[in-house]
Amino acid sequence: MAEFRMPSLGADMEAGTLVEWLVKPGDQVKRGDIIAVVETQKGAIEIENFEPGTVEKILVEVGTKVPVGTPLAMIRAEGEPATSIAAPVQSPTPAGAPPRPLEPKAPAPAPTPAPAPEAEAEERLRISPAARRLAEQHGIDVSTLSGNGADGAILLGDVERMIAEPKIEGARGRGFDLAAMRQAIAAAMARSKREIPHYYLAQPIEMTACQDWLASVNAKLPPDQRLLLGALLVKAVARAARTFPAFNGFYRDGAFKPAPSVHVGMAIAIRGGGLIAPAIHDADGLSLDALMTEMRELVGRVRSGRIRSSEMADPTITVSSLGERGVEQLYGIIYPPQVAIVGFGKVAPSPWIADGKVVARPVINATLAADHRVTDGHAGALFLSEIETLLQEPETL
Amino acid sequence: MMLQQKAESQAIETTYREAIREAIRDALKRDERVFLMGEDVGRYGGCYAVTKGLLAEFGPERIRDTPLSESGFTGAGIGAAIGGLRPIVEVMTVNFSLLALDQILNTAATIRHMSGNQFGVPLVIRMATGAGRQLAAQHSHSLEGWYAHIPGIKVLAPATVEDARGMLWTALEDPDPVLIFEHVMLYNMTGTLASDAGPVDIGKAAIRREGKDISLITYGGSLWKTIDAATALAAEGIEAEVVDLRTLRPLDDATIMASVHKTHRAVIVDEGWRTGSLAAEISARIVEQAFFDLDAAIGRVCSEEVPIPYPRHLEEAAIPQVPKIIAAAKTALAGG
Repeated sequence: MAEFRMPSLGADMEAGTLVEWLVKPGDQVKRGDIIAVVETQKGAIEIENFEPGTVEKILVEVGTKVPVGTPLAMIRAEGEPATSIAAPVQSPTPAGAPPRPLEPKAPAPAPTPAPAPEAEAEERLRISPAARRLAEQHGIDVSTLSGNGADGAILLGDVERMIAEPKIEGARGRGFDLAAMRQAIAAAMARSKREIPHYYLAQPIEMTACQDWLASVNAKLPPDQRLLLGALLVKAVARAARTFPAFNGFYRDGAFKPAPSVHVGMAIAIRGGGLIAPAIHDADGLSLDALMTEMRELVGRVRSGRIRSSEMADPTITVSSLGERGVEQLYGIIYPPQVAIVGFGKVAPSPWIADGKVVARPVINATLAADHRVTDGHAGALFLSEIETLLQEPETL
Repeated sequence: MMLQQKAESQAIETTYREAIREAIRDALKRDERVFLMGEDVGRYGGCYAVTKGLLAEFGPERIRDTPLSESGFTGAGIGAAIGGLRPIVEVMTVNFSLLALDQILNTAATIRHMSGNQFGVPLVIRMATGAGRQLAAQHSHSLEGWYAHIPGIKVLAPATVEDARGMLWTALEDPDPVLIFEHVMLYNMTGTLASDAGPVDIGKAAIRREGKDISLITYGGSLWKTIDAATALAAEGIEAEVVDLRTLRPLDDATIMASVHKTHRAVIVDEGWRTGSLAAEISARIVEQAFFDLDAAIGRVCSEEVPIPYPRHLEEAAIPQVPKIIAAAKTALAGG
């Protein structure tokens, strides 16, 4: 019997409210099925199931707010007996018990270590060393995983399944609850401004090379495969974040921990108001074509209200662009527990000094808002410069 | 002895006992400095009949019956080794070897160090170990793990006829003391051996069965139970890798870690008592060297913490058995 638990949809999520059950006891569920909707400070999220089987019991009623990790339902695996009451672990035969014939037969599996006392409120995550290492290698937040091992321990196979998990679209489309999302944005941004000492830097970047290169590449491509400038910007930020790891990771419990992978959160506006920044996984390693495809797909899904829980939890740095709306410069607010957000304005013809002469060149303003607890302005300047350098050679991105 | 004709060299069906006897005969023939001494090794042919016929073949100078004094004849063997001979000392069982422990630990294992490398002790001590023959609590223990604790000696545990045949000569060539532990339940075991089988390397563990799901690490008399367990697990779709340690000191860490790196799970099967066992040492090494490869707690199947009982059903219950190994493997694999 597997426990379907309240997942962590982000490192800063502590609790969620169950707003809808999409299954009832007796329903068959597959891996990837959307089985519940949970309202978090990031919005209403559809929760995927990882354990194929039959819903045995619903443990949490709609409208209840419960901490991350709380069992929400019991899922009976295929082949498991219908109503199995978990028997207490058999203790070894007490000393002094009468001798009995000892036919060699399979003894019960060794008793597992006694569970930690329940008084321990902050439960330590149970995860095997091998599973933890693999999760870190893939930049997976281990608190988002559910475990199949003894007492719910996360094992290597659980991480492997998460990595191999087929990206299944939600069983049915759902819009976002914009009021809840507004509240979530309010909570996150207020926390950010309350806790994170931001510093801001801006740098104009000349975009002739990018524009020329895009024009030449796109001339050969059908319209639906053309590259947009956004892909170059995301890729440049991802590559710079790989070079400067102090801007890529999470600040938690008084310490910064760089993330092993670069998952760029792409800020996407939602029709009717609202904002979400789901992850483009391993953006630094994707080809521009692959990145463009991901971005198109992500925008499409966000606009239709379908987003996956893993995409919500994973971003290690955020990129936001309001250039399409005519904005010249964007001063972002860091999304906790991330430590940096890079903003881009519009590409506009501007006076530019080249070879001692004032000429008109396409220029974009790149801005950085970064966490002063982790980096200083000097590092931020180097980081922005790296983005500029990368954008001068778009063919190498 | 049945002879089988094979494509190239002849494969002979033999027993573990005969393989050891052949190894001793071979050593006696190869090197005139080699001689054998111990209790009942001559006229009686050995308590486990390993040395039957050797007295007639090699004479009383080289096959020497000794008084019942393990400390005395082990000490004599140490002296002979220091003096230039290559003695093979047979101790009837590991339980009795405790009478010679002072000689083994305080003399044989230390002389090279104490003499500033002036004297070595190229001595081989063979002894029977293990339970299963209803010989009760003073003849049935598995104390090789204790000896594996001692720096200055090597500890071997042949589990196959090849190793029974091949380890002795390699041990005699070693400049320092080597202890060979022969499990009492293996003496009657049959196996095929190339007619030209000879010395084998020591110091390396062997993969006796390849598998990807779990490493079952064992040695000596437990090897065959472990292979039976692996076969049963395979019928359920679990591919267990069986590691035969072969040498208990020094342990072949590289082979152990390579296996755990592949399988992420380990169960150690050791007929010694659990507390302070060789299995505990191996478990600690895996945690030290391969912590981030582990996907489950390391399991141990050891002997129960009792003197080995005389009644058959209790003796069987006290030591590692196939169902216990299967259960430990399944515990380690739960949820994976």
